[in-house]
Amino acid sequence: MWSGRQGRLRPVGCVVEELRCRRREREAALRKARREQQLISKRLLRDDASEEAEGGCVAMILGETEIQHFLRLAQQGTEEKERERALVSLRRGLQHPETQQTFIWLEGSMRTLVGLLTSNQALLQLEAARCLHELSHSEQSAVAEACLPATSYLLTYLSGHSSDFIELCLYTLGNLIVESEAVRRQLLPQGIVPALAACIQSPHLTVLEALGYALSQLLQVKEAPEMIIPSVLGSTLPEHILRLLQPGPKLNLGVAVEFAWCLHYIICSQVDNTLLISHGGLSTLGLLLLDMAGAVQRTEDTGLELLACPVLRCLSNLLTEAAMEVVGGQNQLEDERVVAALFILLQFFLQKQPSLLPEGLWFLNNLTANSPSFCTSLLSMDLIEPLLQLLPVSNVVSILVLTVLCNVAEKGPAYCQRLWPGPLLSCLIGTLAFPDIEVVGQSLELLQLLFLYQPEAAKDFLQQSGLQVLERHQEEAQLQDRVHALQQTALHQ
Amino acid sequence: MQLPPALHSRLAGGPGAAEPLPVERDPAAGAPPFRFAARRVRFPREHEFFEDGDVLRHLYLQDVLTQVTEAPERPRVPEFTCQVAGCCQVFDSLEDYEHHYHTLHRNVCSFCRRAFPSVHLLDVHILEWHDSLFQILSERQDMYQCLVEGCAEKFKTSKDRKDHLVRCHLYPADFRFDKPKKSRGPATPGAAVRASAEAPRDDGEQSGGDAMEVCSEHAASLPEPVGERRTSSHRSVPGILLRQVVSVCFVRRMLGWALGSSLPERRELECWLQQELRARPVLFLSSHFVSCARPVLGPEAQEGKAPSLPLHRGLNWDGRNVGCRCRSYDLLICFSIANCVLIGLNLFSSLILGRTQDRRKEIANKCKPIRR
Repeated sequence: MWSGRQGRLRPVGCVVEELRCRRREREAALRKARREQQLISKRLLRDDASEEAEGGCVAMILGETEIQHFLRLAQQGTEEKERERALVSLRRGLQHPETQQTFIWLEGSMRTLVGLLTSNQALLQLEAARCLHELSHSEQSAVAEACLPATSYLLTYLSGHSSDFIELCLYTLGNLIVESEAVRRQLLPQGIVPALAACIQSPHLTVLEALGYALSQLLQVKEAPEMIIPSVLGSTLPEHILRLLQPGPKLNLGVAVEFAWCLHYIICSQVDNTLLISHGGLSTLGLLLLDMAGAVQRTEDTGLELLACPVLRCLSNLLTEAAMEVVGGQNQLEDERVVAALFILLQFFLQKQPSLLPEGLWFLNNLTANSPSFCTSLLSMDLIEPLLQLLPVSNVVSILVLTVLCNVAEKGPAYCQRLWPGPLLSCLIGTLAFPDIEVVGQSLELLQLLFLYQPEAAKDFLQQSGLQVLERHQEEAQLQDRVHALQQTALHQ
Repeated sequence: MQLPPALHSRLAGGPGAAEPLPVERDPAAGAPPFRFAARRVRFPREHEFFEDGDVLRHLYLQDVLTQVTEAPERPRVPEFTCQVAGCCQVFDSLEDYEHHYHTLHRNVCSFCRRAFPSVHLLDVHILEWHDSLFQILSERQDMYQCLVEGCAEKFKTSKDRKDHLVRCHLYPADFRFDKPKKSRGPATPGAAVRASAEAPRDDGEQSGGDAMEVCSEHAASLPEPVGERRTSSHRSVPGILLRQVVSVCFVRRMLGWALGSSLPERRELECWLQQELRARPVLFLSSHFVSCARPVLGPEAQEGKAPSLPLHRGLNWDGRNVGCRCRSYDLLICFSIANCVLIGLNLFSSLILGRTQDRRKEIANKCKPIRR
C-alpha cells in the first residue's frame, strides 16, 4: 500500500551532486515565484524508455518545412505505420521550444493536429495527444494557449475507456489549466467539473493520479475560491476525494498525495468546510494520519512527507471551523492515538524534512488549544520531553512548542503539576537566552502561567538563578513590562 | 527526539480518549501585561507559513524531488491482429491494442457500426438516429440533448444545439455532431481520416464540416466491407427482423417504442401511446400507418380520422419513410381485429425489448475491459 510512487516519470540520469545543485536552483526559483504569487508547475509525461530502445536519436529542432512535411505525411500517408512515425518525429521536435514556436505560428498546424486527435486511427490519435502534451508543457504561455482549440475534445475523451489516453488528456489539461485565466474561462463552461466528477470513478490508478493532478491544478488557481470551488463542492467530487483518502488496502500513495492537495486547496479557501466535515472529512483524515504513522515505523523513504503535509494542513484548518460542533465534527476527532501518530510523524520530519515540523506543531496547537482531553493525553503519554527536544530546531518551531506548552499550562493547577517535573525549567531558562524576541516573549507567557498555578515553580526558578537571565531583557521595549511583572511574582512568592 | 516506547503500542491499540484532568482557570492568567490565550489558528492559502510545504509540493510536481522507480518494462509480444470481426489491424504491444479496442470497438452503435468516444455520445446518437419515435417527439418538444455531460438542456433542432454549444460551452464553431445524410462518410476506408484531418487551406468548406466531428466515422476505418455496412446502416435492422410478420412501417413503430424503453423517454412514450390507444383503438397503428391508409380509405375517411391525429403532416411525415410497403390487407386485418392486435402489440414490444436487451448484453460482454 505504501510502496513508493509507481513513477511513469523517469529520473534524470545524472550524478547526485549535479542533482542536488539543480534542486537548490529549482527551490530558489520556486520560493521567489511563491512570494510573487506565481507559483505554478507543470508535469511532463514522457516515456523515454521505449524511445531510447528505438535508437535513442537526439531530438532535432524542426523548421517550418519539416513540420509541414510531417503533418502532411501524418495526414495523408498511405500506410498507418508511416503516418504514426511522422507524428513521432514531430513530437520529438516539439520537445524544443524553438520548434514549438515555429509550430504554433504555422498556419493550419494546430487545426491539423486537432484533426488527427479526433481521427479514427487509434494510434494516430494517441500520438497526436502526445504532441499536444508536449505543447501544453511549454513555459511560454503563447504555446500553451495555442492548444485551446483542443480542450473540448480532451474533455470529451475523459469519458472514454482507454486509460493511457485518458491519463494523457488529464495531464495535458492539468498543464493548460494553470497557464492563464483565459484557459480556465473556456474550460469551465466546457464542463470540466462534471467531466472530472464522472472520470473519478475510474478503477485505474494512473487515471486517478492524473485526475488528482488536474483537479489540484484547477483548485490552486487564484480565482478558485469564487469561480471553481463552489461548483466542485456542488458535484460528487468531495465524497470521492474522501473515499480515495480512506486508509486501507486500496489506498495508493501517488493518488492520495494529489487528492490530499486538492482537499487542502478547498479547505484553506474556506468556502463550505462544514460540508466536508459532514461527509466525515475529519475522521477520514484522522485515520489516514494513524495509518501514515504506522507506515513510517515500518518502512523507510516512502515519500510520506508529501502526503503528510497536506493532510496536516487540512486537519488543522478544519479544526478551526466555528460550526464544527454543530455538524458533529468534535466527535470525529477525539481519539488520543492521533497525538501518538503526530509525534511519530514529528520524529520522521525531524530526520527527513525539518521544514515540515512547524506544520505538525500547528496541528498540535489546534488539537490542544480547546481540548483538556488532548492536553491530558500529552501528559499521560510522556510527550512533554520529546516536545522540549524540538526547541533548538528553529525560532518558529520554538514558538510553536512553547505555545503548545502554554495550551497545557493554562488549563489549571492539575496540568501544571504534571508539567513541572523534569527538564522544563532548564529548557525555559535556555529559551530565555534566545536572541529572538518572540521566543523570549512566549517563554515569559509560559512562566507566568507556571508561577500562577504551580507556586513551587517560582522557587525553583530563583534557585536556578533565573532572575539573572530575566534581567538581560529589561531594556527590551516589547518585553520589559512582562519581565518586570515576572520578577515581582517570583520575588514575592 | 526520543519517543517513549509505549507510544508505539498506544498507536497500535484501540481508539480512546484520555479522561481529562480537572480544568481550573484563574482570571489572573493572561492578564496584562501578559496576553496569552489558547486559540486555534487558521492559515489562508497564501500565508507565508505554507511556503516550505508548497515548495516541496512543487518540487515534487516538477519531479526534481522524487527519484521515482524505473518505468515498468512493457512486455513485448509477437504481432497479433485485432480479434473483432472485420477488423484486421495488427499490433505489437498490448497497450496499443487496448487503446485501439477502446477507441474503435467499445462504444459502437450496433446499427451503423459507428464508434463514439463516450457512452453519452453513443446514447445521444442512438436516440437521434435510430429511434423512430424521436422524430415525432422532436416535433412536439425539445429533444436534442446538449452534448456536454452534466448539462441538461434540450433543443428543438440540432442547429439550436450547436448554437448553444458554441455560445454557452465555448465549443469550437466547427465542432459538429450530426452530419447531413448526404455526406455520411466516404466510400473508402482511408478517406474518412483524410477528410477529418484536412487542413483548412486545402478545402476550407469541406474541412469545416468534417474536421471536428467527434462522432465522425470512426468505424469507417475498419477494413470490413464498407459498402455492405453502409447499406445496412442507420435503420435497417427492424425491417429485416420482422418484415414478413406484418408490414415494414408497423414494425418500425413497434421497434421505435421498444427502443424507447432503454431511453429516458420511455415513460413519456408509453403514456402518450396508451392515451392514444384508449381514445381510439385504431390509432395505435400510428400516424405512419394512417399515412399509408390514406389512399385506401379515400378522401372522406381521411377527413374523418386524420385531423384528430396530432402527427399527420403529409404522407411521409418523418421524412425518412421513402416508399412505404403497406398493403391494404395489412390495414384490413388490423382494423377488423383491433383487439387481437392490441395483444400483439404487447407481445411485440416484449419480444423486441428482449432482443434489444440481449443485444446490449452481448455488446457489453464483448466490451468488458481487458485487464493487464
